[in-house]
Amino acid sequence: MAADASAPSLSARLPRPGLISSVGLLVVLGAVALLVKNLTVSPSRFVEVTLIGITTGCVYALVALGYTLVYGILELINFAHGDVFMLGGMFTITYATSIFGLHHGQGFVIVPIVFATLILSMLSCGILNATIEFVAYRPLRGAPRLAPLITAIGVSFIIQDVGLAWKGPNYVTAPDVFPHTKVFSFGGVDYTWNKLIVVLITIPVLMGLLYLVQRTRQGKAMRATAQDKDAAAMMGINVNRTISFTFMIAGALAGAAGLLYSLYVTTVRFDQGFQLGLIAFTAAVLGGIGNLPGAVLGAVLIGLIQSWNEGLPWHVPGSDWTQSIVFSILILILVFRPEGLLGERTPEGG
Amino acid sequence: MSTQPGREVGASGPPPEQVGLRNQARARWQAVPALHRAIFSIGVAIAVGLLFYFTLDHALGFAVLTVAAVYWLRRLAFYPRVAGEAALVLVFLVFGPRSLAAMLAVAFAVLTVPDRQRRWVLPLVALAAAILYPFYQPKLFTIPVFGVWPDIATGVYMLVFIMMAVGLNIVVGYAGLLDLGYVAFYAMGAYTAAWFSSLQFPHQTFHLGAVGIDPHLPGIHITLWLLLLLAGILTAVTGIIIGLPTLRLRGDYLAIVTLGFGEILPQIARNGDSLFGTGFNLTNGPNGITPLDSLGFGNHLSHWTGGFLPSNYLTCCKASYLGHQIQSTDVFFWTAIVLLLITVFCSLRLQYSRLGRAWIAIREDETAAAAMGVPLMRTKTWAYATGAFFGGIAGAYYAAFKSATFPGDFYFNISVFILCMVILGGMGNIAGVIVGAGFLAYLNQEGLANTGAWLNTHISVIGNLPPVPGDTGNGLDVPLFASGIYGAIILIVMLFRPEGLIPSRRRAAELHEGVHDEPLYDATHAGAEA
Repeated sequence: MAADASAPSLSARLPRPGLISSVGLLVVLGAVALLVKNLTVSPSRFVEVTLIGITTGCVYALVALGYTLVYGILELINFAHGDVFMLGGMFTITYATSIFGLHHGQGFVIVPIVFATLILSMLSCGILNATIEFVAYRPLRGAPRLAPLITAIGVSFIIQDVGLAWKGPNYVTAPDVFPHTKVFSFGGVDYTWNKLIVVLITIPVLMGLLYLVQRTRQGKAMRATAQDKDAAAMMGINVNRTISFTFMIAGALAGAAGLLYSLYVTTVRFDQGFQLGLIAFTAAVLGGIGNLPGAVLGAVLIGLIQSWNEGLPWHVPGSDWTQSIVFSILILILVFRPEGLLGERTPEGG
Repeated sequence: MSTQPGREVGASGPPPEQVGLRNQARARWQAVPALHRAIFSIGVAIAVGLLFYFTLDHALGFAVLTVAAVYWLRRLAFYPRVAGEAALVLVFLVFGPRSLAAMLAVAFAVLTVPDRQRRWVLPLVALAAAILYPFYQPKLFTIPVFGVWPDIATGVYMLVFIMMAVGLNIVVGYAGLLDLGYVAFYAMGAYTAAWFSSLQFPHQTFHLGAVGIDPHLPGIHITLWLLLLLAGILTAVTGIIIGLPTLRLRGDYLAIVTLGFGEILPQIARNGDSLFGTGFNLTNGPNGITPLDSLGFGNHLSHWTGGFLPSNYLTCCKASYLGHQIQSTDVFFWTAIVLLLITVFCSLRLQYSRLGRAWIAIREDETAAAAMGVPLMRTKTWAYATGAFFGGIAGAYYAAFKSATFPGDFYFNISVFILCMVILGGMGNIAGVIVGAGFLAYLNQEGLANTGAWLNTHISVIGNLPPVPGDTGNGLDVPLFASGIYGAIILIVMLFRPEGLIPSRRRAAELHEGVHDEPLYDATHAGAEA
């Protein structure tokens, strides 16, 4: 119903698909050629950077899933999501250091501590996100679509200031507890435990989410609500509660991502969430917004692209341009393939 | 007065305004007899005023009482009202700040003018007050909480941001396209002015009407008057280039794409000191471009107008009128007023033009507009280009005023800041946007700092707050939290008064009844209507 609004004029104005796909193909081929060249210049560096990229991609995936879940059900870009993630990092640091007394070099005690912190952080962020929905988005459910979007920006700024008032304008450091010993070596490159732990925590969380959405009754309610809220309500689904639940799940994912980010990168600042949130949103769009595996795929791709751009030795733009590259990808995807790589649903304008 | 019959007609069914907590509370309040309401609220005002007088700040107590008095005097019949207002003015004339008495007298006089004429009188009086502002600003009273009235440099800042808000209002308010990257246009305008009136390109030497510099100075030096226009045009072209591929997207996707451009262009500005490793210095990177040439009309025009138009803004102004020595800031201020007038004039003329009506049609229902033969792409692109044009002019003028442009000025916060101005004032309504933008720009420049100082000195709980970690000094550092305060303003306005402080009637109706481009689920409203 959304797509046919501008469909007649659209088909006339769009460049022919042949042109788009050939230009897109050229861009991708150029990028691949650059990668191959880098691979030949320094294979070990390439592997190292790739592994870092996958790790970053895992954190992005958790955040991107939150965007995708919320967009799938409300068609709302929840700008505040990245900031909830940032607060998740701050929750993690607070819980881990002041409640559990986590510090560097504790041995295996950190396993239950990190696990308990993970649960607490996910709970806090879940409740926070559901509260945001209740306060800021639910009253606007009948308003024009831009109204909740504008509110989301406002909420995002408020949450940033909460972080600012709580932890101050400087970086907050987390204890560096993940061991940096190597798991295995590949061509002279060590794959360290801290990277593996990020992946090891991400995968069960993702499996749990997939199970929840695809196998449980609540997940069925979520999918039904996403498809058609009126029909879902007629089938006896409590739509408002389902939406709250979705926000809670999204917040919990952000909390998990906050934990991984703060313990892996070991620094968090109040304004980091917004930027990272936008990158994660790009990942969600790249994979096809509303599509859970797509969000993960997009996130890993974005993580890789960012990591390659910042780490490869031969003629890459470098970290000064990461943001521009990510946003260019976002714009290109939205303009030329708004359904994303795996998208099944057709988003606006597509 | 004109709303009265409408309300009675609506009273037959459940009036649509009574949906929502705030409107229900208001409806219950309206049901109380008028006299009781008056007595109750006057009592509360007096109590609050006395409370403030004795606990916080004498001036704040007076302010509360004055506002309450003005509010209730407006609701009296004509003769008692005039008598009361005269008495109030007299009280301030004798005891209080005389400038407040004068201000109140002018305000009361304007408000006494009948509705039909007030539409003309009110803007004219406001314009006169703005033009004369540099003359009476030092003599004005101190506002409780907010401190002294803004100085002239802040005035220029306010005017520039009002201009940008009026430009953004064309995109957001008229055409209903959410633009989160308006800062890109601001940056584009500022850099256009900076490139062509500074030493940025030392290998070229080109002079065209620039004032106040050695004619053999290297670099491109074009008169800033031409550059303002050029900045507008270049920015509009940028807007079209950005818009053409992206305006097919609707609503939230467009918002995120504009946000992307709003991040990319400033990053180019930040990294542009050696573009793509070629060594070509486009933007001078984080150091920015400074200084810029001075604004001015040159000696010929200045002589020809008998010195009315200054030949060079920075070295001008030895004259003294009405006991006020004219400063160069004053001249910048007046020029900004002229630019703003042009912007507002164009915006008003566009509003009900064929194009403006097409914008409104698209805003209300894109599908229906397309069916009625409104060319979507062209209309949206025009909105985008027009908004960008004014943003560019404002950016160029502000760069000329500061005589510098830095990439640090162009963050996403600024986009949201300008958006907040439009939302606070009332999307689609020029008067609202002007008031909202002026107020917020003032807050940003002076108001927040003043308010913070007041809070810290007068409320000991706040003054003794522990400092934010990593910061120094006790108390609340209000300007530090500026963006959160704008966020809160956005949130509160969208939740409680989505049409803004001074709404455009049409936009208010849309926001309350909801104009949906697709069916939206709405449990609360569906229940209320059934």
